[in-house]
Formats: sequence, structure tokens, C-alpha cells
Amino acid sequence: MTPNGTPNSKDTLFIQSLRKGWLGKVFLILIGLAALWKLGVSLADNPVLFLQQVINGLQLGFVYALIALGYTMVYGIVRLINFAHGDVFMVGAFVGFYTIARFQFHTWPERLFPGLPQWLVLGVGTVTVVLISMAICALLAFTIERVAYKPLRNAPRISALITAIGVSFFLEYFGALQFVFTPNFVTFERPFSVQNWQINNLGIQALPSGQSPADNSIIISNIALIIVLASILLLLLLQFIVQGTRVGKAMRAVAYDKQTARLMGINVDGIISITFAIGAALAGAAGILYATAFPQVYFVMGIIPGLKAFVAAVLGGIGSIPGAVVGALIMGQAEVLSAAYISTPMRDAVAFSILVIVLLVRPTGIFGEPEREKA
Amino acid sequence: MQTDTMLTVQDLNVYYGAIHALKGISFELKKGEIVALIGANGAGKSTTLSTISGLIRPRQGSIIFEGKDITMAPSEQIVRLGIVQSPEGRRIFATLTVMENLEMGAYTRSNKAEIQDGLAEVFKRFPRLDERRKQLGGTLSGGEQQMLAIARAMMARPALLLLDEPSMGLSPILVEQIFDIIHDINEDGTSILLVEQNAQMALSISDRAYVLETGRIVMSGDAQEMLHDPSIVEAYLGGGH
Repeated sequence: MTPNGTPNSKDTLFIQSLRKGWLGKVFLILIGLAALWKLGVSLADNPVLFLQQVINGLQLGFVYALIALGYTMVYGIVRLINFAHGDVFMVGAFVGFYTIARFQFHTWPERLFPGLPQWLVLGVGTVTVVLISMAICALLAFTIERVAYKPLRNAPRISALITAIGVSFFLEYFGALQFVFTPNFVTFERPFSVQNWQINNLGIQALPSGQSPADNSIIISNIALIIVLASILLLLLLQFIVQGTRVGKAMRAVAYDKQTARLMGINVDGIISITFAIGAALAGAAGILYATAFPQVYFVMGIIPGLKAFVAAVLGGIGSIPGAVVGALIMGQAEVLSAAYISTPMRDAVAFSILVIVLLVRPTGIFGEPEREKA
Repeated sequence: MQTDTMLTVQDLNVYYGAIHALKGISFELKKGEIVALIGANGAGKSTTLSTISGLIRPRQGSIIFEGKDITMAPSEQIVRLGIVQSPEGRRIFATLTVMENLEMGAYTRSNKAEIQDGLAEVFKRFPRLDERRKQLGGTLSGGEQQMLAIARAMMARPALLLLDEPSMGLSPILVEQIFDIIHDINEDGTSILLVEQNAQMALSISDRAYVLETGRIVMSGDAQEMLHDPSIVEAYLGGGH
């Protein structure tokens, strides 16, 4: 090994090119071209099916975006990969399950004001359920931060990281207890029924359940629409909080320089708590949306979506809010398209291959900047 | 002139781990004064300011501000009481705009109308910042960043302004400008504790000064007298910045 990177004359050309990363880059470019070619062929072959996949990927991508934001915001402010975040998402889904199945909370407007139209009852009721879940997740993350992470604020980063993994296991197996959530798979009861529409050359028609769609039509469900719209709404709300409010500006100031933020009279610990709470609230909403789309809840359901959202945050550039959204949308597409055109079990492999590739090629991600030297 | 003491620092001892950074520092500042802390790099000047601002906890000693013991008070409370620091190296929030930096300066204040007045005042004093209010802090030149750092501190409406090395890295013309502004701020009623390596410049606008050397105050007195004291000139002003 030559420390300064100059090629050692004894090395073969192969070793030299490995050292310079040439082979790796050629390999990655070939994989990329192969994937693009495959996608191009698939698009030309059956554009309707392709478009259908893109829509499915969009739905998944927005759920990932809501989770990824929590990772990226927390990392941005305390430089911690909060591995318990996926489990907060799980708690969000379970809170949704209980408020709907056990307490019928999604119909409260009807019980209070009988005679309201059904759409209004379910609309207001569902929003209430989501808000309850967001609030409980925010409170949970606030507590986790105060109990587990805050005492380690000045400890080496690895201590907090290991603690995060510990908190993650705690949430999972505490949730698995019979008297907390349950160790079993449970069917998530949707607050409203599924309505599909088919879009083809005849226009848009409602598709009664049980009826198979006409050939060459794209199917859009009310769930996909709700997920996409709700996510966009939450993203806009977050954008407003971060850019437009006093607390949001303080969050950015604390993320940039905690000590100076303290000199401005900003309560840095309070701002960190708020950041955890906002990230967790988004994960709670994501939990309900995810469970509505894939109606099953389970105590370790947060691991895989959590890890994928983490990959999305890294892909977009961890610490960057627009990066998390763009990364998540790419992840959603990558997963759905590889499930459709490579093989279903491959989709997780593809997702994590993306992580490896990002770390190799551009460790700072799409929107990321190199770590700043602090004065 | 004024006689009421604003800040009293008594026997301050600060450690960084095993390093004894401040070895029993005592000094005071009267209302309306500019007091300079001068000395070489590593003498403990910035440590003194950080301790007053509550970023570092002393192991021994006390800090009394307007009759209140603030030795162990949290930073936010110290800012609310009226001690505001413009830190060494300016520490502008590079990812926030000039306007947002100023808003962060006013973080402890809630009265919107007062904040607007503060902004108008600051923009009058620093017209350059007004022109650049939408620009990101990181895109400003060094001189503009120093103006922003002082302006940001002024947004908290301090009774006592702590300035850490305001001349650092600036051209002589800019240093002159900044010191004029500091002098004006003091004329308008803000007391100032000034930390500087550029001792000549600091003494020229100060009322009194303390000289620090490796964590101890080795000399103190009237700034104008010190400026003309041959022993000080030789030891501290010889570099002729």
C-alpha cells in the first residue's frame, strides 16, 4: 500500500484500476445502462402497465418520504441516525388500528351529530384518527429523546447510535407484549372502503369492487389519491414550519451551529425536542397511510420501511429536507419497478443496493454537502 | 462619569478538563463603559466571555450582573437579562438569510413592533445589510459578516454587549469602520466588554482595560494611560497591527 495513492509499480494493471475505482465505476455504469434499457423496453412493450407501476411507486414513495423526513431532520440537528424511527412509524400504525377498530374513533362526528352526510363523517373522523396518531408519536419521540438521547448529547456519537438501536428493539418487543399491542399479525381496518377507478381510452369510470378492470386501463384507488394528497399537504406544512416560522428558523440555526444558537438565547434542547416530535408526527401519519394501503399491522412492520426510508434519506443527502423527499420518491419507483420487472423478492435487494451504490459513488447523496468544518 | 457597577466578575476559575484556563479572574464594568480585555492568543479572553454567556461553567467564582448572580444561569436567561455576545469568528448562520440571522438575534423578544423598530435601527446603522437582507449569511464578505454579527447581537437589545475579536481577519479600513460603529453603539447607551488581540485599536476606543496573560489579569487601568505606557506599548502593542 502506498499511502499517498501513487500506483505501486509492482501492481498489475487490474489492481491499479481497482485502486482508482475505475472498474467499480464502469461496473456501475453498466448496471445503470442495463436498468435503463430494461425500463425502456418495458415502457415500449406495455406503457399502461408501466404507468400503473409508476403510480404504485408514487404512493409508496410518498409514504417513505414522510418517514425519511424524520431521519433527515434529526440527523441534521443532532447528527444521530435515529434507528428507533421506524418503530415510531409502527406505533403510529397501531395507534391507528386501535382508534379505529377498538374505539371506532373514525365515526365520532356521526355519534355526536347524527344525520351528517357519510363522506363528511368519515373525512373528519379519519383526519381525527391521523391527528391522534401524530400526537401520540410526537409525545413518544419527545420522551425517547429526553430519556435516551439527551443524556448522551456529549457522549461519542457511537453511544447514541447504539442506544437508538436499543430503543428500537425496546419499542418492538414492548409492543409485542400481549397487553401492549400484540405479537400477532392484525388486519388493519380501513376507516373507509376502497374505491377504484379505471382510466382508459374511454375515460374515467368507477370500478365496482369485485369487477375486473377492462384491458389496457390504469387503476387508481382512493387510497393512492389520499396518500399522495395527504403527503403533499404534510410536506407543504413542514416546509412552512421550517422556512416561515420562528421555531423553524431556530431549528435551522441550531442545526447549523448549536453554540451560537445558544448565544442568541435559543433554548437548544427545546428545539431539538420539537424536531424529534415533528419527525415522529410525520412517521405516525405515514404509519396510518401505509397500513391503509397494505392493511396489516405487526410489531416489526417498521423495520423494513424504516430502513428503506433511511436509505432514501441517505440517497437524497442526509440532513437535507428536499433530499429526503426526492430520495424517497426514487426509492418508491426503484422498489416497485424492480418488483415488476426483475422479481418481487429482488425489490429489497435493489433498495439496499442503492444504499451501497450511493455510499460508493456519492456518499453525501444528491443534495448533500460535505461535512462542514466547525470553527 | 457613571459610577454604578453593571458587571462584577469575582475570582473566576475555569477548567477545560485538566487545563486551568482562568486562574481567578476578577474585574468589573460600570454602566456606559467600554472595557477592553486584551492579551495574546490563549490568554483566556474568549473563555472569559464564554463563561459570562453561560456556555462554560466556572469551577469557582461568581458573575454578578445588575445585582443578580448569573454564574450558573442558562444562556437563554443571560440573553434575556441583557448580556448578548457577538462571538469570535462571527459565527453567522450561513444557511439562513441576513434577515433570518437578525430574527434569530431577536429570538428572546416577542413584541413584534419592537422587533420592527430594532430592525429599522440596525438597518440605519448598517445600510449594507439592508441591501442584502434576502441573501444567505454565508455569501457575505468578511466585513459584512462582522457587521451582521454585531447587528444580530444588537437585535436582542443588549444592556451589555460582549464583542469577541471584532477586528479578526478584516482589512485596516474595515477595522476602522467597525470600531467607529462600536464607539457609536456605546454612545447610544450600550455598555461594551471588548475582547481584542488588536490592543492598540481596542485601547483607543475603551475607557478602561485589563491585560490577560495565561489566565490571569496582570495589569489594569485607564485605557488612554495604557495606550501611552511604554512598558505596555512594548509588551502588547509592539506588533503594531
